[in-house]
Amino acid sequence: MMDTSTLLALVQDGVVNGAIYALLALALVLVFAVTRTIFIPVGEIVSFAALTYAGLDGKTTPPVLALTMGLGLVAFLRGAVKARGRALMILALETLGLPATVTAIVMAVVPMQLGIVANAAIAILCVAPLAPLLYRIAFAPLAEASVLVLLIASVGAHLALSGLGLLVFGPEGARGDAFSDAVLEMGPIILPGQAIWVLAATLATMIGLWAFFRFTLAGAALRATAINRRGARLVGIATDQAGLHAFWLAGLIAAVSGVLIAPLTTIYYDGGFLIGLKGFVAAIVGGLVSYPLAALAAIAVGILESFAAFQASAFKEVIVFAGIIPVLLWRSLRHVSVEDEE
Amino acid sequence: MSLLDAQNISVAYRGVRAVEGVSIAVQQGEIASVIGPNGAGKTSLLAALMGLIPSQGRVMFDGHDISHLPTEARVERGLALVPESRDLFATMTVRENLMLGAYRHRGEGAAKRRNGMEEAFDLFPRLRERAEQLAGTLSGGERQMLAMGRALMGRPRLLMLDEPSLGLAPLIVRDIFRTIATLREKGVSVLLVEQNARAALALSTHASVLENGSVTLAGDSAALAADQRVTELYLGAAH
Ligand SMILES: Nc1ncnc2c1ncn2[C@@H]1O[C@H](COP(=O)(O)OP(=O)(O)OP(=O)(O)O)[C@@H](O)[C@H]1O
Ligand SMILES: [Mg+2]
Repeated sequence: MMDTSTLLALVQDGVVNGAIYALLALALVLVFAVTRTIFIPVGEIVSFAALTYAGLDGKTTPPVLALTMGLGLVAFLRGAVKARGRALMILALETLGLPATVTAIVMAVVPMQLGIVANAAIAILCVAPLAPLLYRIAFAPLAEASVLVLLIASVGAHLALSGLGLLVFGPEGARGDAFSDAVLEMGPIILPGQAIWVLAATLATMIGLWAFFRFTLAGAALRATAINRRGARLVGIATDQAGLHAFWLAGLIAAVSGVLIAPLTTIYYDGGFLIGLKGFVAAIVGGLVSYPLAALAAIAVGILESFAAFQASAFKEVIVFAGIIPVLLWRSLRHVSVEDEE
Repeated sequence: MSLLDAQNISVAYRGVRAVEGVSIAVQQGEIASVIGPNGAGKTSLLAALMGLIPSQGRVMFDGHDISHLPTEARVERGLALVPESRDLFATMTVRENLMLGAYRHRGEGAAKRRNGMEEAFDLFPRLRERAEQLAGTLSGGERQMLAMGRALMGRPRLLMLDEPSLGLAPLIVRDIFRTIATLREKGVSVLLVEQNARAALALSTHASVLENGSVTLAGDSAALAADQRVTELYLGAAH
């Protein structure tokens, strides 16, 4: 048996990791609801953001920028075949102009060594654009395809990106600096500064997302697209634009998660995949449609994982992923299925 | 010049023709109607005009060729469709549905969009009572009202209605047709697609009869209402 303080520590660990899974689950639900894509490369965004954050040393330009600019170029060439006039200009701005601007800003800011929060922002800025660029390259052209075809494209993007990750970051893992060394003691609960950061950032992101969906027209347009794609088109919402916004949000959320997790564990170029997969498990429990359910499930996954790691660490992942089976069974019995619309 | 001038529109599903060389026009400020039996291709024709499905032929709107524009760009230009399936945002409130109807005026500011909402509520008072209710919980008639209200929030130049009376109780059907007549007085041009030929002919200036994917008769609604073939087939007149 374990004592109370071990129990509390495990729960606390689980909640902190679960918060990160919750962010990823939200990103996955959002992207799926709007574009019907299961965004597997969300994991690579996490690793790349973590590695970029950990690698900021005040001297070198983040190597991931080569990837961001390279994908930008591919996205531009892919889109330039069809776009003309104004659309071509917007495409050039988003695929070439934005990555170039980010690179210029980052190169100017890195030597200033502005501290940990600035470093976090730099890592997010460098990596988040990968998601919308991937959308333009791999998913937007398949907007009318089936969920299965989109899933295959997603697996392809994941494999390609993780290969490029090895090229860019190398096989070594890295761990980022904690945001704060402070420790908060409340009776038996001992909260390290990083845990507080994770929980606060998760909460802030969720409130921000909620406000965006609730109070802005752009947010309402995303929701509308998720609810009824044809209805959305009929009121004049360009669904590829909505998809782009969804991927932007997902990229930002995943990059934030990567930076948050960087000080908690050593991350390798392909380490984000398992983290993303846990977010995916939670998203599935939410039926890929319900944000609150997915967030709660993510916390549950985090706690299950932390207890599994303590009791039988060799079987940690097995236990976590096996945990989804009864949930899936229950869901399928209740006929709440995640199917193609129409 | 016609507001809408569709020329030689054809639609095929996996090689099977649903619409075959159909031409129709709608004049500014008029109600035009398309009548025809089940499966005649009415919905397919509207979907083609709206750019929702691939089609052949040319769609001129307000003098511009819009044949190659995606749906949202057609909406942007003032074309609107209230589809047979309504396509409401079921898990959003009535108010949110209406607000999104004004999406094409997103540059105009919230105050102006709110004015439009008051107009929609005046046209359909039932919607005002249900403003905070989820669209998915509305009755059939209320859904149709919301679908029309949502389309009108965009202040379209041409409103296309696909069987607005489908599946509704007679009293509500009467209300809906009365509202369409009001719209004409407000200067909205309407393309009305109906199986209810009597009501459609009474309401419209011009009409086309669509059968098996082709227009078999077209002309003045009054003349068509008197035409023997129409009276036999669609108005149920005994011979
Ligand atoms: N998505 C589809 N795939 C294959 N065939 C279709 C599809 N939609 C319609 N059709 C066929 O095309 C023809 C025309 O259908 P459409 O729905 O346009 O007719 P309609 O006049 O609107 O009929 P209704 O009065 O029942 O609404 C029908 O034979 C129908 O079976
Ligand atoms: Mg129809």
